This record gives sequence, structure tokens and C-alpha cells, in this order.
Amino acid sequence: MDRPRVAIFDFACCEGCQLQLYNLEEGLLDVLGLIEPVEWREAISDQSDSYDIAVIEGSITRKEDEERLKDIRKRAKVMIALGACATIGGVNKLKNQFDFGEVRRTVYGKDAEAPHLDTARVKAVHEVVPVEVKIHGCPIDHFEFGTILKSVLAGKTPSIPNYPVCVECKKKGNICRYEYNEVCLGPITRAGCGAKCPTGGFWCFGCRGLLDNPNVDAAKEVMDIYGKTVDDLSGRLLLFNNQS
Amino acid sequence: MPNIDVSVHHVTRVEGHGTIRVRASDGKIERVEWRVPEAPRFFEAMVRGRSYEDIQTIVSRICGICSVTHSLAAIKAVEDAIGVTVSKQTDALRIVLHYAEQIESHVLHVGYLVAPDLLGQKSVVPLVASHPDVVKTVIALHKLGNAGMELIGGRMTHPVTVKPGGFAKLPTEAQLKAYKKDLENGMKLVGILADVVVSLADKLPDFNRDTEYVALKTDGTYTFYHGDIASTDVKETTDVHKFESVANEYVSAQSTAKWCKWHRDSYAVGALARYNINADLLLPEAKAVAAKFGLQKGACNPYLNSVAQVVEIAQVIAHSIRLIDGVLTDGVTPETPKAAPREGEGVGSVEAPRGILFHRYAFDGKGMCTSANICIPTGQNHGNIQKDFESLVPKIIDKPQDEIRLLMEMLVRAYDPCISCSTHYLDVEFV
Repeated sequence: MDRPRVAIFDFACCEGCQLQLYNLEEGLLDVLGLIEPVEWREAISDQSDSYDIAVIEGSITRKEDEERLKDIRKRAKVMIALGACATIGGVNKLKNQFDFGEVRRTVYGKDAEAPHLDTARVKAVHEVVPVEVKIHGCPIDHFEFGTILKSVLAGKTPSIPNYPVCVECKKKGNICRYEYNEVCLGPITRAGCGAKCPTGGFWCFGCRGLLDNPNVDAAKEVMDIYGKTVDDLSGRLLLFNNQS
Repeated sequence: MPNIDVSVHHVTRVEGHGTIRVRASDGKIERVEWRVPEAPRFFEAMVRGRSYEDIQTIVSRICGICSVTHSLAAIKAVEDAIGVTVSKQTDALRIVLHYAEQIESHVLHVGYLVAPDLLGQKSVVPLVASHPDVVKTVIALHKLGNAGMELIGGRMTHPVTVKPGGFAKLPTEAQLKAYKKDLENGMKLVGILADVVVSLADKLPDFNRDTEYVALKTDGTYTFYHGDIASTDVKETTDVHKFESVANEYVSAQSTAKWCKWHRDSYAVGALARYNINADLLLPEAKAVAAKFGLQKGACNPYLNSVAQVVEIAQVIAHSIRLIDGVLTDGVTPETPKAAPREGEGVGSVEAPRGILFHRYAFDGKGMCTSANICIPTGQNHGNIQKDFESLVPKIIDKPQDEIRLLMEMLVRAYDPCISCSTHYLDVEFV
């Protein structure tokens, strides 16, 4: 069987999720045994308009990028959104709370009106085109990438957790971050990361996005118990999960 | 004379989007341009209103390949603003973490992005079959850098343990001892990598252009983390708090690009700049690698940046081993990061793998960010890349078009650009 042709495209992002493919180390060679990369600007010089699977990294922040994404969508049988910028908009969406003209003036001063500095509301990939598969996280977990890729290649629906990070955090035996008087987004955030941040002594900042049905009442209860407010939670939630 | 029309839309094997344009008719060069069409992301505007505790989490996302560097620059700036000093142990472990990123980034650049050019391939993929030992060495060193970041930073990209005031979680002495062993083994691998690069060094174009080099400098150490701003053009150094007077952003006459210049039309930052300023301070292990290449202080061939990176891999491994020895001698001491909000403004500067980086933030009394200014190494290099192009192209204009294209792409790659970081200094094609 021919290996499926895979193209990787990056939009507005730090390209840290592509970097996780390099971080597969020897595993990258296994992946290359399963797929044929036909376009991957960060790694190879070839470019192609013919592919089966399109992997999209980054958020969509400009009109011309929407058009480019729609064009890619037309060519691809399967579209994978790679990482938080693509799946939920990620940190890029922090911009959406400001007036864009004011944002441009803040960063570019007197040059702010130059046409190439135009910017629009940040969108996740699925806000522009349909997406079959989302690989969550900032950055993605390279092992999860491998598991999901294998599912996609086998024609199966990948299994992606829909329970909170707290489940994985408890399994690790971590002390709850609220016990340290911190605001942690674990109770409402999708698991699958292995609770890496709380295990590293840091709070969850919600990079895998909200659960499909977060138990908001339970989260409020946690806030009450530890003397935190919904505002405390919302301020931190804005980092990766700005809903505007 | 031939007509030349080279247009490389989005140079490959670099981080971010850059475009090369050359046009010549009848041997007369009409246009030589380096441009950056990356989508701007406006981080300096986005961090306003966020807590001093969340800044490094946000700005780490400026760049996946230098996320540790951005985190540390931000944390140093926050600590400067709120008046926090850290322990000797925190300082040493942050530097070991920072070095792990230098290893990972330099190996990625030399091994995955530059080596294919030297071996006449379009990517690392065919090298797996043709040069398996080289690829194995590259992977092993890449893993070493990642292991260091995972151990001390909590994960490989976008560290989670680093906070204003110290570490959220410390490695154990046993873990540090194990990492030290890996580093010692890594030092042997650097020797192998250096021999491979030496054997291919004749593939690096012989192109020299004298320019100003800028890097951090401090007494006694080939520094990536502490120090003042030094230049090869002047003896005195400049306090990092005055970085705006070094970068001197300006609008280029040929476009609306904001570039940087200090004492000349442009300056260069990165491994070669650090080498040209601090080579005397290299540890013996790194000096031995430099000797293999015959790399001299004052080298001004930009393609040699990749060679300087190999020397630096040896340097940071050797220095990591010494720093870990120091931490182990004192014993790992449990600490809780202490930082509280205070009104103020601060600057943090560190060397990213690709050159000097500056962060400035101001905070109100509640610790909420009121303004930010971030000055990125690749932004500082854009002007120098353009000046290199202007000098290089007349020398190679008689070569076949594909060769011109390759030499120019290799030049951009040599700078190890991190374009998505640098889009605050846009130079955009108006088509």
C-alpha cells in the first residue's frame, strides 16, 4: 500500500508543535515509514499541492490566511488541527479582547497603518473550515501525536480524553495546586497531557481546551472551598481559552 | 549575460516564513531583497493586563525553538521589575536549563536544517539511509538537550517549572548525577559531530563581509545568561536596561521594514557574534573543537555561524557539567519561589541560540502588566542578512540561477532565523 501523502502547514504560531515531531527522535523515522511527507517547510525543501492528509499548525489571523486554509481544505481528504493555536486559538486569542487598531498602534507606533500589519479576529482552524481530528495541547504531546496518527491511518476515530486534568493529576499523586493557594484550571480542562504542569509544580493553564461539558458547579465549589473567585479563574482562563 | 529571476517564496528548513527576491537583467542587478511575510501576533499588546505570574507562560509561546530562552528573559525582567533576587542554586540550574535548549536548538539547526545542504540533499530524510551514523549522532545529541529541558524545565518545550523567584520543582541529586553522565557522553558525541562538520566544511561558501557583532559579555564566562551588551566595534559595554539605544529600530528606505543598527548600517547576533566577542573565555573542551575548525576570533563569514554553534555545543556541555558539580557539592536545597507584586519596570536579557534577546515589562501595584517591549535576535539580524545579500549577489551573479538560489537560502539558514519570533520587525512583500 502506498503511504498516504501528508502535508504540514503552519499559520500564526511558534512552530513548537512541529518541533515535537523532531522530538519523536528515532520515532520520527517510524512515522516516516508510515507516511510520505510531501510538504513540511520546517524540515524539507519539497512543496506539493497533492496530498491526502493536511496537518494545520497555528491560528488564523488574517483574511488571506483564511483563503489559503480553504484552498488547503479543498485538496485534503483529512484535516488535522495540530496544537492549541489550531484547536482553540491558544494565546493568540488574547488579542481578541482588544481593539485591533489600538493593538497595531501599541506594537508598531507610527507605522501601524501599513497594510501588511492588518490583523483580524483570531480564529481556531475549525472556525474557518471543517476539521476531522484535533490534537490538543501547547505544545502537543509527541506520543499522543503518534497514537492519533496511527488511528487516523487505520481509519479509526482516535480516542481523546473527555475528563478533567484532575483525573490524571490525582493518579500521579500530586498535591492539589489549590492547596498551594494557586488558581489551577485542571477541574475544567481536557486531560491527555498526563498533568505535566501540576506534576512540574505549576498550575494548569488550560492549553488543551475546555471539556465538552465542564462541571462548572464542581469548579465553583472548589473556588468557594479555597476562597477563590470566578474572576480569578476567568483571568487565567483568558490565556488559552478566550471565548471571543 | 543571463537574466536572473530568483524568487524563493518561504525559505524552507528555517523557523518561520521568509522570502528572497533577486532580479538581474543582462548581468545588471536590479533588485536584491530579503523579506518576511509572517503573520504578526502582537505579543507586546497581548500581555497587557496579565499578571506578572503569567507573563512567561504567554511569551514562551513567541517561539517553540527558544521557549526556555523567552521564559528566562521574561522572568529576569519580571524579577527586575518587582525587585526579586534569586539564590545561587536557582541561578545555576536556570543556566543548565538554558544550556539544554542551546544544545537542542543548535543540534536541530546544524543536524537537521543545515547538514542536508552540505550533503547535497533536500532534507534529513535521505540522510537516514545515506549517512546513518551522522543521523544517529544528531538524534543522540538532540535527545540530550531535550532530556535536560525535561528534567529541569518539566518538559521539552515551553517549560513549566521556572517562575519568578525560583523553581516550582527542583531536580533531585540522583537525577542531576544521571544527567551529568549523559552530558559526559554527549561531549564524546560532539567530537564526532565536529569531525563530520569539519569534513564538510569546504562545502561552506567562502564569503567574508566585515560587520559589527553584538552579544552579552561578562567577566570570566562565555556567557549566555548574565552580562552587559558588547560590540566588536567598541570597547565599552552597555547596560541591558539601555537596549533600545543599541537596537535603534528604524524604517528601511527600500521598504517599511523595521531593522536594527548600532555603529554601522547593520549588526549581527548569534553564535558567531558570541564567538567573536567571547572566544577567549571558552572552556578547554570547546577550544579544542574550535581548533579542529581553525575558527578564529574575528571570523566574518556568516556561513561559519553553524561552525560556531558546534563549538558552543561543546562549551555549554562542559559548563553544564561544572555547574552541576557545583550544585551537587552544595547539595540540592529545597526552596519556595518568593515573589510578590510591586509597581515597577524591568529588563531581562539572555542569549537565545540565535542571538541576544531583550524583554522589558512594566507592572502596576497589583502586578498587572501595563506595557511590554520585546526585541528579538532574528529582528536584529534581518538588516545584516540584507547587507550580506547585497555583498554576496554581485560575487555570484554569473553562477547558474539554481546555485544562486541555494547559496542565498544557505545564507539565510546560517543565521538560524526564528522568523515567527521576529515579526515585530516586518519587511513585507507588497504584491
